Amino acid sequence: MIIRIALRNLLHDRVRLAVTLTGVVFAVVLIAVQGGLFVGFTRATSCVIENTEAEIWVASRGVRNFDVTHPLPDHKFHQILGVPGVGRAERFIVRFANWKKPAGGQESVEIIGFDPGSGLGRPWIVTAGSEAALLLPDAVAVDEIYLAKLGVKGLGDRAEINDRRARVVALTRGIRSFTTSPYIFTSYENGLKYASLGRSQSAYVLVRPAPGVTAQALRDAIAAGVPDVDVFTREEFARKTQHYWMFTTGAGMALLIAASLGLVVGGVVVAQTLYATTVDHLPEFGTLRAMGAPGGYIHRIIVAQAVAAALVGYGFGIAVSYFLVGLAERGGASIVLPPGMAVGLFFLTVVMCVTAGLVSIRKVTSIDPAMVFRGA
Amino acid sequence: MAAGTILLAARGVAKTFRLGKVEVPALRGVDLTVEAGEVALLMGPSGSGKTTLLSILGCILSPSAGSVAVAGRDTAGLPEAELAKVRLAHFGFIFQGYNLFPTLTAEENVRVALDLRGVKGADAVERSREALCAVGLDDKFRMRPRDLSGGQKQRVAIARALVAEPDILLADEPTAALDSETGKAVIAILRELAVTHGRSVVIVTHDPRIAAYADRVIRIEDGRIVGQGQEVL
Ligand SMILES: Nc1ncnc2c1ncn2[C@@H]1O[C@H](COP(=O)(O)OP(=O)(O)OP(=O)(O)O)[C@@H](O)[C@H]1O
Ligand SMILES: [Mg+2]
Repeated sequence: MIIRIALRNLLHDRVRLAVTLTGVVFAVVLIAVQGGLFVGFTRATSCVIENTEAEIWVASRGVRNFDVTHPLPDHKFHQILGVPGVGRAERFIVRFANWKKPAGGQESVEIIGFDPGSGLGRPWIVTAGSEAALLLPDAVAVDEIYLAKLGVKGLGDRAEINDRRARVVALTRGIRSFTTSPYIFTSYENGLKYASLGRSQSAYVLVRPAPGVTAQALRDAIAAGVPDVDVFTREEFARKTQHYWMFTTGAGMALLIAASLGLVVGGVVVAQTLYATTVDHLPEFGTLRAMGAPGGYIHRIIVAQAVAAALVGYGFGIAVSYFLVGLAERGGASIVLPPGMAVGLFFLTVVMCVTAGLVSIRKVTSIDPAMVFRGA
Repeated sequence: MAAGTILLAARGVAKTFRLGKVEVPALRGVDLTVEAGEVALLMGPSGSGKTTLLSILGCILSPSAGSVAVAGRDTAGLPEAELAKVRLAHFGFIFQGYNLFPTLTAEENVRVALDLRGVKGADAVERSREALCAVGLDDKFRMRPRDLSGGQKQRVAIARALVAEPDILLADEPTAALDSETGKAVIAILRELAVTHGRSVVIVTHDPRIAAYADRVIRIEDGRIVGQGQEVL
């Protein structure tokens, strides 16, 4: 009966129900999209780090994120090679550069120079051309999403990077850069030229431990054996980069604030309409109290109203959100809505609606049951 | 309940409403007992305090002075949550304005009274329908209050008050919206409840025709009981 009364109360005024559900849907979609952008951006900041087999990243001291790098002198590479427990080590270049489109115009890009022989730091999804072709002079790989931005159409197209020739020999798929400068994968040798680095310099040295050596142990060994470098495990460096872009720059905070705004605005709308619904049915709540209904009975009706609004609103809201995720997939932005987040959002929605319903509970608690005798 | 047991006892009950600085005395010292198996009518002019007395007897309103004992238990000073338990355990109410749930069907309205008392499922549906049949609404189970006439609504309210078989039934003008035939039929149902099940029934009414069904008529004027018994008619 409690649920039935709650549903009938909600359905009694369809317009208000629509407003209630709109409030819930608004909150769900805003939180899902902003939160999804947050997750998408967070993953984008560290995608190169997390998609390589290298368990250890070595950079010159003071590195703050993946993208902004300082040259690491060649002798560091040799010192690292000498540390016991190192299985394989490769130089790796990350450097911002200037891309001149074939038809004129410029774009900022991020050069990723890796060693095609070991594959450490290579593009992980190649859909056209080949990774091996990157060994050729002037050969680069660009992502499908950025073709238009870079002013090229596909394989074989030519452009210039820092006034040096470049030719597209491979296409990657879905490798998004957070910094708005598209990643341009190329070989370490080509990267040296594009990045104007001195002979044998690099931005990072990527390391794999020898069999039986853990990443943590090797990280400590390199840190102890090689001066003036910062050493991270893959996960540490990924977290550091994510934290830098999402929190140090405020980009992540802006998204999280927008998401919490959705929660607040949605919550206020739902609180208002649930309150109005409760006030509409105050005579019935008064009757229930006069009949001797315990407080809990009436509170459960109000909570049931809130939960019902949450369930239906969430259903619509999450459907709309996944639709937007699909749209964004085709565009440049990446909204990532992992199942765990969808589940968390579900509980958040229920909590939001029930909290909004508590405003009404205060109202019914104060009804005087004697109102029933004053004629309805 | 054995006939003669005192189910309801009011001692020196007074009620004064305060409207800003004005004090409105609605009851000025009422003593009253109602026994099991008895049908008592409460009659008097408009504004004499009938409804006020009925709500105090039903533990919905607390008196300014005096006390009410329900089935031997003094209710003075009990917190609202306890009073609600007393109401649920002992009373059935028929309110002056019906107080039905507009969003529920007739059968569901009746069922609420059972649901509050923990009776659920098919059993509750069955009992609700029986109660509606008893007041002559066999074919109105699924209708909403807005589709029912005043008299039909009143009968739904009566079915709701009766369905849980309360010890004490308090009714405020239960026949006001009924034609005299239906009115008599309803009072007969209430009387039957009192006589065969040993319950108490207190009815506020203006309708002298139903006095024939009462064991006692209590006359109230200006907040005081001015006479009791059949002879006051
Ligand atoms: N909540 C209230 N606040 C202020 N005054 C009230 C309140 N309820 C009742 N009164 C006053 O108390 C007096 C008795 O009212 P009550 O409703 O008990 O009369 P009644 O006998 O039931 O009248 P009627 O036959 O018209 O229903 C009236 O003067 C009324 O105005
Ligand atoms: Mg009255």
